[in-house]
Amino acid sequence: MGYKIVVLVKQVPDTHNISGDVMKEDGTINRSALPAIFNPEDLNALEMALDMKDRFGGRVTVITMGPPSAAEVLRQSVYRGADEVFLVSDIKFAGSDTWATAYTLAAVIKKTVPDADVVFAGRQAIDGDTAQVGPQVAEKLGFNQVTYVESLMDAGDGTVTVSKQIEGGIETVKAVTPLLMTVVESANVPRPPEVRRMMGYRRSMSRLEFKSAMKHMLRFEDEAQLEAWLAENSLLIPVVTASDIDVDLRKLGLFGSPTKVKNIENVVLKKEETVELEANASGALKLVSDLKKAKILG
Amino acid sequence: MIRKGSVMVFVEQEDGAIKDVSFELLTKASELAHTLKEKVSAFVIGRDVSGMADDIIAHGADVVYVVEGDEFEHYRTLPYFHAVKKIIREENPQIALFGATIIGRDLAPHAASYFYTGLTADCTELRIGEDNMLYQIRPAFGGNIRATIVNPDYVPQMATVREGVMKRGEPDQSRKGEVKKIDVKLDDNIAHITEIISRERKPRTINLKASEVIVAGGMGVGSAEGFALVKELASVLGAQVGATRAAVDAGWAEHERQIGQTGTTVRPKLYIAVGISGAIQHRAGMEESFKIVAVNTDPEAPIFDIADYKIVGDYKTVLPEIIEAYRKLQ
Repeated sequence: MGYKIVVLVKQVPDTHNISGDVMKEDGTINRSALPAIFNPEDLNALEMALDMKDRFGGRVTVITMGPPSAAEVLRQSVYRGADEVFLVSDIKFAGSDTWATAYTLAAVIKKTVPDADVVFAGRQAIDGDTAQVGPQVAEKLGFNQVTYVESLMDAGDGTVTVSKQIEGGIETVKAVTPLLMTVVESANVPRPPEVRRMMGYRRSMSRLEFKSAMKHMLRFEDEAQLEAWLAENSLLIPVVTASDIDVDLRKLGLFGSPTKVKNIENVVLKKEETVELEANASGALKLVSDLKKAKILG
Repeated sequence: MIRKGSVMVFVEQEDGAIKDVSFELLTKASELAHTLKEKVSAFVIGRDVSGMADDIIAHGADVVYVVEGDEFEHYRTLPYFHAVKKIIREENPQIALFGATIIGRDLAPHAASYFYTGLTADCTELRIGEDNMLYQIRPAFGGNIRATIVNPDYVPQMATVREGVMKRGEPDQSRKGEVKKIDVKLDDNIAHITEIISRERKPRTINLKASEVIVAGGMGVGSAEGFALVKELASVLGAQVGATRAAVDAGWAEHERQIGQTGTTVRPKLYIAVGISGAIQHRAGMEESFKIVAVNTDPEAPIFDIADYKIVGDYKTVLPEIIEAYRKLQ
């Protein structure tokens, strides 16, 4: 027995560490130059899930939706203690907004962990900051929902007791499962990868990575042989595609997404006129008298 | 597609007080409804909230839906969601606006999922565009790309907006409107799905948005001792102290003082940026300030691109000079 715990994670471009090299001349960002990272609050969600397993028993399944390269966040999850992972990847999912993403993820959870007790997700992903996918997955699964969770205090008898942020304070609630929770950054300090697990699982991959892996794993004749070896050693990351789940194809990807991007423009704000002042007493005097004249300072 | 119906606002209240963001949204909704030649509708949920209807009408609503009951005393996702479901079905608005508060960000996506409709988070601008579509404009990727999002095929077109982003209009006490009480009966399993055990509130003591002058510090300030100088200048000018995310993370200022995309958006008359490089995330929360003064040792700091006054120098000498000059000119 034990809790069936699901964690939803995302690989994101590291928008919080935008350095000079990443900014183009026109002030826009060169997306491809940004390193891909484990969305920070998803690591907090994973930590809370692993902690729940440690304290109350259970099994942790980590699911991510993304391109083949997103398998990296699944490996990172396994290094930290995840029991099972799934890569949700299919060209049919491309261009999904939060609605279509939640629709797909909910269908994957129903398929892979049909009796899930608890689903954790980070409060929001740093590439969009929308905080929408978690609550939308809760609705699609018909689950109870608690967002902005700070700590998991207790679990038992079909309920989970957590503290969560409210505007200007903290609230403690006892919530009936099945339940989806989103976790904030201040909740915990995510554990680092375990060296022993890293050594054991660093070669794990999904079939979407076979092509590039074949180039350096020369001992395998073909992809079938590689796949057999991975499966035998529990290193094969399963891929979930649209045909594996019970979904209406019209509700997937760009087509199924209710929101559309009408246009995108770069905004480079620049003041037309900047007055440069000396960093001394006369500069300060000019500044203060200008501001007083303009009635900005009293 | 033919869009008709009102522009609806979720009026968020906690402990009997309506949130500022709800008034700001009512003002914006009035403007959108005027363009569309439609009405403004609003809804408020709580234990004892019907007395708020007049204030909501004065701020622009033509119809106010009221859901009252003990089970709505404090926000809980599913009980509120059941109320929202009933109200939206009854009113059929073409647009529904929510504050991007902790509650709004919990409730709006749950409802948007249920109604199979689009929801755009943290919009900084909302206007009616071609085919009477709601143009939902938001900064993306840290603030230097502006995306216009539309929701062409589904209703209601939903958006959240952070507090302080839209402007709040003056109430008109002579406005008349209709109040509709909606009876929402919750099944036992929903009524008891989440039990609130305790609530701890710290009264908000810092109000950055209401401040006409803000002195803010960033990583360039270097230390907590240095930050004391930022606070001193603020106190001399009668200003509030602001900070970048990094300065807050360093423990130099309280979390409530964080200005930027993930903090508070401010537009004071005067913003003095001390040791702030001007990362786009910070700029997103202050670049609409009327006058910006930047003090930084790095002449190439991006903050200078949006500054009205540029002072290249060490704040440790510049701030005392400003304090001195201010006292001299009093």
